[in-house]
Amino acid sequence: MDLNLLTIDGARNAVRDGRTTATALAHSFYAKIAQDDPKIGSYLTLARERGLAKAAEIDSLAARGETLPPLAGVPVGIKDVLVTRGVRTTAGSKILGNYVPPYDCTAVTRLEAAGAVVLGKMNCDEFAMGSSNENSAWKPVHNPRDLSRVPGGSSGGSAAAVAADLAVATLGTDTGGSIRQPASFCGVVGLKPTYGRVSRYGLIAFASSLDHIGPLTKTVKDAAIVLRTIAGRDPMDSTSAEVPVPDYVAELEKPVRSLKIGLAKEYLAEGLDPEVRRAVEDAVQSLSELGCEVVEISLPHTEYAIATYYIVATAEASSNLARFDGVRYGYRAENVRSLSEMYRRSRDLGFGAEVKRRIMLGTYALSAGYYDAYYLKAQKVRALLTRDFEEAFKKVDAIVTPTSPTAAFKLGDKTDDPLAMYLADIYTVTANLAGIPGISIPCGETKEKLPIGMQILGKHFDEATILRLAHAYEQAA
Amino acid sequence: MNVTEKDVAYVAGLSNLELTAEERDRMVRDLNAILGHIDTLEKLDTSKVEPMAQVSDRYGVDESKQGSERFAYASREDILEGLRKSLPHEEALANAPDSDGIFFRVPKVIER
Repeated sequence: MDLNLLTIDGARNAVRDGRTTATALAHSFYAKIAQDDPKIGSYLTLARERGLAKAAEIDSLAARGETLPPLAGVPVGIKDVLVTRGVRTTAGSKILGNYVPPYDCTAVTRLEAAGAVVLGKMNCDEFAMGSSNENSAWKPVHNPRDLSRVPGGSSGGSAAAVAADLAVATLGTDTGGSIRQPASFCGVVGLKPTYGRVSRYGLIAFASSLDHIGPLTKTVKDAAIVLRTIAGRDPMDSTSAEVPVPDYVAELEKPVRSLKIGLAKEYLAEGLDPEVRRAVEDAVQSLSELGCEVVEISLPHTEYAIATYYIVATAEASSNLARFDGVRYGYRAENVRSLSEMYRRSRDLGFGAEVKRRIMLGTYALSAGYYDAYYLKAQKVRALLTRDFEEAFKKVDAIVTPTSPTAAFKLGDKTDDPLAMYLADIYTVTANLAGIPGISIPCGETKEKLPIGMQILGKHFDEATILRLAHAYEQAA
Repeated sequence: MNVTEKDVAYVAGLSNLELTAEERDRMVRDLNAILGHIDTLEKLDTSKVEPMAQVSDRYGVDESKQGSERFAYASREDILEGLRKSLPHEEALANAPDSDGIFFRVPKVIER
């Protein structure tokens, strides 16, 4: 039994049946991280003490013959924008280089309550701003499938670690595709739940109306297990919804026959790599052979999505990142003569280029004279984009699209052209603007053996249907 | 709309950023490229569309209710230590770049 290849159930059951221990499992992952991660760069901080303490707790439960919780002993990684008490949390930024949070993110608390062992914190783009992980202030992440290529971003470390068997599952965050696109680039499963499905308490905010927490896993079932664990109302986040959480795992086995799947012509238009198009069309064919009905739909405002997203997201970011002032936590510039100079110098030296670009763009869009033309306009188009989905979901149960227009690109390919980097988010940002759930699952490879991802979008709070479709496809493929 | 060096300096001030001369040049170039794309929004007639700031007032709520009534479940008693205890002083100051053990300490606030 190769401990590093186990799924969630595989790991938990191996601990339950005494074929291994949670401690042995954690050590096995730490050994593999020591061996393989120097060339991948997926971890920023290891949480050995915390992880091994949890593993010991699970082992003593198992030794006493008690019923083990659903993630007992399962080694997981946590994106570094999610705070962990006592474990350094940097958000991929120098400005939080020494930050040790005094509290835990709710999603992490819930994972640990279900028995998960937190191995460490995953590399990511600074403040989750980026699509290639090259904006991490610490080090880039290399795609385990081809080390010369990016893993995607911003949850690049979370995706790469699952792909390279350096964690059974990880948590990522998704503000414009940051779970789904790296999942696609690395060949793993990534789920962005509905807005409000998972508490954002303890997520270092980028854009509060667009930020989501969700799992990256090896299988669809594992994504369902993690979602079931972290979902549900949390009084610490007033936007977490009071909507009952179904048993996503049980729902997986329901038939997909006669479900209606929408194919949006705007998502199969110019700019889409022909190999990606073919793989997604083949996947749709498989779903149709499983008995799904394929329906052509239109999401007419898609061409405005990137423009809308990059106004809303940066406007919210400029406000959220105002808190980094060098006073209560984080980096403070030295040799400053006044308070205002301290603010400016600390932020100048603490933030990287992409974060400054977004703060500037967002501040510009909110500034007097431009608010109506940019921010208000974007809010209106956001309503139109959301209406597109509402209309589409009157006709279909789910929508299938490519996750990204291309497979993973080379490190350095887009770093000089921020607009080109933004435009590649075209298929993912719409779900954040509308708040609907989306999952990316592997659906083949390019000739160069790079993974291709298919995205399935669902109705608000209907993760069960997209998980069911993804599971059926995964089992058939 | 065209972003000038003057605009960048003004917005940097609003953002509490200084930016080096090199960063400002690059910012002028990048913001113009990005806003050039964003200006495609002008093509859309949105005169009859209500702006949408967030999704949580639309989905997963009781739609028969209006406004903040939809979030009644999120309100709580306004009591001391309502959801969690406040951090002890020591912990609250632990990450501060400078403190005197009671307060956060900052450089001189009033400039002459």
